[in-house]
Amino acid sequence: MSDPDLLFSFLTKLNALTGGVFLLVAFGLVAIRQMLTCLRLYVFQSLLLAISALMLGYHYGSIHLFVVAGLTIIAKVFIIPWLLRRTVGYESYAKREISQAINIPASLLIALAITIFAYFIANPMLTAAHAGIFARVNLPIGLACLILGAFTVTVRREAVPQLLGILAMENGAFFAGIAIAPTLPLFAELAAAFDVLIIALVMGLLTMKIHKTLGKTAVGELIALKEE
Amino acid sequence: MLSKFIFNLMQVIVVMACAPLIKGILNRLKENVQSKRGPSIFQPYRDIWKLFHKDEVVSEDSSWLFRATPYVVFVTPLFVTLLIPVLTDYPLFFAFMGDMLAGGFILALGGFFATLAAIDTGNPYGPMGASRTRMVGFLAEPVFMIVFFTVSFVAGSTIPYIVQKHWVTPLANFFDPAHVLTVLAFLMLIIAETGRIPVDNPSGHFELAMIDESKGLEYSGRGAALMKWGGAMKFFVLCCIFLNVLVAPWGLASGTAYWQVVLAAPLILIKIIILVLILVVIESSLAKLRLFRITEFLGAAFATSVAAMITGLFFM
Repeated sequence: MSDPDLLFSFLTKLNALTGGVFLLVAFGLVAIRQMLTCLRLYVFQSLLLAISALMLGYHYGSIHLFVVAGLTIIAKVFIIPWLLRRTVGYESYAKREISQAINIPASLLIALAITIFAYFIANPMLTAAHAGIFARVNLPIGLACLILGAFTVTVRREAVPQLLGILAMENGAFFAGIAIAPTLPLFAELAAAFDVLIIALVMGLLTMKIHKTLGKTAVGELIALKEE
Repeated sequence: MLSKFIFNLMQVIVVMACAPLIKGILNRLKENVQSKRGPSIFQPYRDIWKLFHKDEVVSEDSSWLFRATPYVVFVTPLFVTLLIPVLTDYPLFFAFMGDMLAGGFILALGGFFATLAAIDTGNPYGPMGASRTRMVGFLAEPVFMIVFFTVSFVAGSTIPYIVQKHWVTPLANFFDPAHVLTVLAFLMLIIAETGRIPVDNPSGHFELAMIDESKGLEYSGRGAALMKWGGAMKFFVLCCIFLNVLVAPWGLASGTAYWQVVLAAPLILIKIIILVLILVVIESSLAKLRLFRITEFLGAAFATSVAAMITGLFFM
């Protein structure tokens, strides 16, 4: 085996491994009880996204993907956790037990079904587009994480994990996007990164407000209107 | 042919001789982490020696099952040892008697007999521990099945000797997501199957909270020694399957010379000690889960194994 071939095979396997761990972290966001661990998992997922972008950028020789990696690290690994820690008070993070709408084993099983569903959607697309080996990994996993993020929003009853679910959806979309559109315009990336920051800020401030009024952030219990 | 037969017997002897040592090292390291001095690493040998020289008391109301179980528990890991790579990376005399599924079934047979024997005497704690072990067991079973199918699908075989070569030929296969995630799921499976924290506390002395240990409470003398020794060997064999078949085949003898095979014994011990260090870190940093949280732990293992299956299947 020649040298570029060897490098290529390592690159594909490492990218697939990143994808596998990415999926696992998405499962973790659905099922982990501790709020602080959820936040750390989100940071880890963003880091994995950046790593995958770096590998794909190296393979395609695309400067855009390096920019994506850089933006992801700056925005999602440093700024968003900092923002969320600042806006949402410490006592929300110190909580260990998060209540869930569905119990954890059941929600994990549903998450698995969602993943298989995502693969079934992605498969015809991949065959139709004659996708390369990177897209074969990134597109289904990105799609799965997109739906898993939405599932996280539905199944969680606390504000911060719901917010992390929305952010994880965005991560999933990017994870699929870097493989199918490696030369995305720089403008779109900047806009997306900025959008996410605004989402995090607004939701964080909202959560803080809820926490101030109610003394807790369990938004799942806010189902009846109340007059004051 | 004769040398292969001898090597096979050597594997059995290594497993028999070194299993209590690994148990001792694990206990010692755990105590050291808690800043205690801990028992000597040879303490399990002394325990087994002492128990062999004690009188055995058997309940009058128990049946032959109770008397036969220690021998079954003692012998089943040894049968598995004949099938799996412990010292060599090429098949030995008995290697084709069964594949990995057979190994799993033989180990399960020992667990089955231990469960029946625990119920046999009528001691209230025995059936409780037995039913809990069954609960953990049937939750762990789907994980084992998915791991097994993923591994055999990706490697194209169920013979452990072929599977272990697949992970490193070429070396890029080592980073296959199916491989890494399967390893992760199997590590969780080992923790559940051998009754370690966070599933069960192996050093606990509170009968109501026991899962695995309470099955052996009724045994004394030789029976207790065989149960203890068998448990240590089951742990050793599971570690061997994990390290030599699933993680990495490095350090196994590839030649047929006697010195190479003898040299492989300390290498496998070093590998297992590294695994034990990881287990000690896990055990010391986590708390024991409540009984009904075990489903969540094994649910996570199941999700991991299915993620391995999905990424492995569609990556092909």
